[in-house]
Amino acid sequence: MGMTISEKILARASGRMEVRAGEIVKAEVDLAMMPDLTAILAFKAMREMGREQVWDREKVVLVMDHVAPASTLNAAIVHRDIRRIVEEQGIEHFYDVNSGVCHQVLAEKGHVKPGMLVVGADSHTCTHGAFGAFATGVGSTDMGAALATGKLWFKVPETIRVVVEGALPRLVAPKDVILRVIGEIGADGATYNAVEFAGDAVEAMGIPGRMTLCNMAIEMGGKTGIVEPDEKTSAYLRKRTAAPFEAVRSDDDARYKAVLHIDVSDLEPQIACPDKVDNVKPVSEVAGTPIDQVFIGSCTNGRMEDLEVAATILKGRRVHPGVRLLVVPASREVYLEALDAGLLRVFAEAGALVCNPSCGACFGGHIGILAPGEACLSTSNRNFKGRQGSPEAEVYLASPATAAASAVAGAITDPRELR
Amino acid sequence: MDMKLRGKAWKFGDDMNTDLIIPGKYLELTDPEEMARHAMEGVDPGFSERVKPGDIVVGGRNFGCGSSREHAPLALKHVGVGAVVAESFARIFYRNAVNIGLPALECPDITDAVEEGDTIEIDLTGGVIRNTRTGSQLRFTPLPDFLVEVLNEGGLAAYLRKHMDEW
Repeated sequence: MGMTISEKILARASGRMEVRAGEIVKAEVDLAMMPDLTAILAFKAMREMGREQVWDREKVVLVMDHVAPASTLNAAIVHRDIRRIVEEQGIEHFYDVNSGVCHQVLAEKGHVKPGMLVVGADSHTCTHGAFGAFATGVGSTDMGAALATGKLWFKVPETIRVVVEGALPRLVAPKDVILRVIGEIGADGATYNAVEFAGDAVEAMGIPGRMTLCNMAIEMGGKTGIVEPDEKTSAYLRKRTAAPFEAVRSDDDARYKAVLHIDVSDLEPQIACPDKVDNVKPVSEVAGTPIDQVFIGSCTNGRMEDLEVAATILKGRRVHPGVRLLVVPASREVYLEALDAGLLRVFAEAGALVCNPSCGACFGGHIGILAPGEACLSTSNRNFKGRQGSPEAEVYLASPATAAASAVAGAITDPRELR
Repeated sequence: MDMKLRGKAWKFGDDMNTDLIIPGKYLELTDPEEMARHAMEGVDPGFSERVKPGDIVVGGRNFGCGSSREHAPLALKHVGVGAVVAESFARIFYRNAVNIGLPALECPDITDAVEEGDTIEIDLTGGVIRNTRTGSQLRFTPLPDFLVEVLNEGGLAAYLRKHMDEW
């Protein structure tokens, strides 16, 4: 019986020839990443465990992204303390508030390579499965254990294989695919499972689209999303790292908990309606719902491809007078690329607010807070009650194309029908 | 930690996500006592003032879904919650709770067996939950031995301090 890519990575990391779903293994992590708001607790846990120094300063990455730059005194203190820790620990891979969202920065800087075991003190660490790594979010105490020892226990997950087939229609995006999948599997349908994405539609996607898919694996309870690495993975990494890596793939006779086939040839744009991510409807069912704010950005959809499609729709158009459009590039690299391509001008001319790279309005802690009774259409990954401010506000999730079209129309709109 | 618990039940529904347990604007807090003041604020703003030490949070399916923020179990623990019993848990919350010494017990029938305000008793080693009003007894899914040890020590930090050599 063969192994899945996830089983192979966990076997290698735990020094075993073979592991099976359900086993608990102690594995060595290859990379430990922390964003600003969970890092302090992680270092505190490391010290409580009796260690003063991280196990390997080369394998630790810190990114200040959630509240960048600090908008409150508490956040400023957190940032100051992190900078002190970085200095004391001699951590080289430190990205300050001018860098962008941790998951985008980690990818762009070539930190994640196929076959790695990655832990991050942020639930969307599963994004890095797009590179054929086993990447999972952990809390601060688990992160503290990883910092102290380089090791962590893992239950080897069963894998759900999602086979996405067909060519995506015009203005239908990887985001629509993943929303459709989450609608099908449910918010806890993949709890403690790896979600392996395959099929010709995934092969046709670039790295950014695959990151969007894997990013939202956690929204169905998944421990990681994962895509087998291919030439596109190698091409992306060649530009960003000289370090060697070995592509790991699932065996043909690997065991899966379930295999889900989805044909996307006729897929409509999808909307996750308040206030659960699996409350997914085709856009035609909710078109016309008025909105007050649109957020284009986040680790789900703040990449160049996302901004390009949004700019295509916004070029020569105006954001609806009743709508605030926030565009937040996911990283400084994306920001510069969008600047060079003239996209930021398109956004600004359309009436959008172009903000600095960060987590932006995604989690209601920094910019773009919603008042009671307001609604936001967001390209991020969570629409929980209170997620972006007031518990009496509503958040809808959609693709960048749907977000841009809706910003122009002032209500949820199918981007293919925008006049 | 004490392996026998007793407290009043506070009931919550399915998919109690981490934003409901502690909203994102409080992630910049680093003192658990401050986090405690905002426990369950996203769903029940007065909770932290009404809950009593040792009380039990009872959840439905997928309790703690969403973010990896350890602030969520920390806020519950430091506001005095003795344990969280739910039909099922999201993975990261479950690990985080046990890691900080807050028992997270999976019990598929708990919602039907308990009403808000019931007093329930939990025998962590025996694996039994008892509703003192109805007398009904339920079994919860036993924790792996390793996690029982972690809970016994009061969390992963204390456990590792003692067992670093075996890790």
